[in-house]
Amino acid sequence: MSLPLVRLLIDRVVVALVVLCVMVAAIPVLVLFLFVIIKGLPGILTPGFFTDSPHPQGVPGGGVLNAIIGTLEIVGIGSLLAVPVGALIGIFLSEYGRNQVGDTVRFISDVLTGLPSIAFGILGYTVVVLTTHHFSALSGSIALAVLMLPVILRATETALLLVPNTLREAGLALGAARWRVTLEIVVPAALGGIVTGALLAMARAAGETAPLLFTAFGNDIVQTNPLQPMGALALTVFHNALVPYPNLQDQAWGAALLLVIMVAATNILARVYVRRIER
Amino acid sequence: MVPTPLVAASRQRRLVSGDRVFRVIAYGAAGLVMLIAVIFIVALVVPALPAITKFGLGFFVTRTWDPVRGEFGALTPIYGTLVTSAIALLIAFPIGLGAALFLAEDARLSLLRSPLSFLIELLAGIPSVVIGLWAFFILVPLMRDKVDPFLNHTLGFLPLFRGTPSGYGFLTAGLVLAIMVLPIMIALSRDVIRAVPRELREASLALGATNAETIWSVILPYARVGITGAILLSLGRALGETIAVTMVIGNSVQISASLFASGYTLPSVIANEFTEANGNVYLGSLFYLGVVLVLITIVVNVLARLLIWRFSGSSRAAV
Repeated sequence: MSLPLVRLLIDRVVVALVVLCVMVAAIPVLVLFLFVIIKGLPGILTPGFFTDSPHPQGVPGGGVLNAIIGTLEIVGIGSLLAVPVGALIGIFLSEYGRNQVGDTVRFISDVLTGLPSIAFGILGYTVVVLTTHHFSALSGSIALAVLMLPVILRATETALLLVPNTLREAGLALGAARWRVTLEIVVPAALGGIVTGALLAMARAAGETAPLLFTAFGNDIVQTNPLQPMGALALTVFHNALVPYPNLQDQAWGAALLLVIMVAATNILARVYVRRIER
Repeated sequence: MVPTPLVAASRQRRLVSGDRVFRVIAYGAAGLVMLIAVIFIVALVVPALPAITKFGLGFFVTRTWDPVRGEFGALTPIYGTLVTSAIALLIAFPIGLGAALFLAEDARLSLLRSPLSFLIELLAGIPSVVIGLWAFFILVPLMRDKVDPFLNHTLGFLPLFRGTPSGYGFLTAGLVLAIMVLPIMIALSRDVIRAVPRELREASLALGATNAETIWSVILPYARVGITGAILLSLGRALGETIAVTMVIGNSVQISASLFASGYTLPSVIANEFTEANGNVYLGSLFYLGVVLVLITIVVNVLARLLIWRFSGSSRAAV
């Protein structure tokens, strides 16, 4: 053993560095949460935050009701489009997809996962906004639906593949058709995974801003018609941050906190659901 | 004697036709994915055509971005995208690898491991606009008043750290991106390091190597391909990140050696100017930028997945 002390020293230094790295990685998260909570609470606790529309710039007060409704509606419609289609594609991949077609679908899905979120905004803009000649919540929902699709279909495929083949064989042996085995035995057995995937996709979609910038566009009045421009919490955060009015900036922080709470709640719901299913 | 069929002929026919319908629906869903891919390509490329025909490949080497004169080139935002992503990886790679080694390897402080994993997962779920908001109000002033002047004072002899810090610019954007790619970097590297066979580790330790030596000469060489994949996936995320970068990069069309200078990235040009673009050429140039961005991210992501697949054999990385 040559230079045992040096080797020992190097080892200790490396271990210390590794621990340091973890601390450095954890600090931004803690700081981020701290600030979002400290700065967001006054915003959320302002009277009217949940019940008012934004006031014009320079006029104190106002709330983000338009954005809350907008986020729920845009993500809701997006999910209605993406969840059934995504689940069906996932079923295809696991039950029929051991071939060239399946591999192509998987490849496209992987490519979609890696695309920058702004690309989905461009898609929604060209496909819906350019053809209807105005911004609309629906174009935002479509952009988000395409963004959610790969998450849902992969989660569904994974969940279905975990269902033991003996279950399928038992169903077939009892004389049930393959489609009934799939829909009445395999899918219910994998429901936990599918729901989790859908919830995670919704959480991701709710936080996205870039796909909504030139699709849903934003709207300072409460709008429920999906064919009209609509506000969203993420858009409120983005736009209000860049305005020099304290009440609007407070709203931005409040909207950010609300967004984080919504995303976190959806994530936790997904986890709890998985645990309940597994039990 | 003819055996009675288990299933009546009519029922059998019904079973088969039901299967056929379901099969058609399932294949239809798969066809829809391909249709979406085709629509995506058309929706990006066709509106870009006015700019593609006008500027051609010269687009990539033109520094001007002048909506008034109708002259557009992608060099400035490409430069900004590459510089900010490079800064992000330079920061996130060592820290992420270190954190991954801790989470995958170190048995000491194991109590800390699952809360730390949880924290880092939380970070991955925070919307980028929230990180942007935080960076805009907290990080930018901090950089302007403390970090940038310090760097300027100590490393000012390098052109990288010259100029007056405004808080906005390449360095701040790179730092924000580093925070955003860290969770991917950590999670993927951790999985890759965990996949190193236990026997290799134990053999190395049994031969008398220290932890550090085992990491350096056994774990890292074995995991090299997978870690490269993790870096590339992080790069793919950094290249395309839009909102948080747009809020802190300063959004000005310039190429500057100084990291304190404000600049532009491909996604932030699109995010900022899309709704105000008038005329086919201006809007087309923004779409052209979109095409460039999408092509770059696809190449990086495909390369990353190939590397990770090669590392993990037939099993797919869970990303």
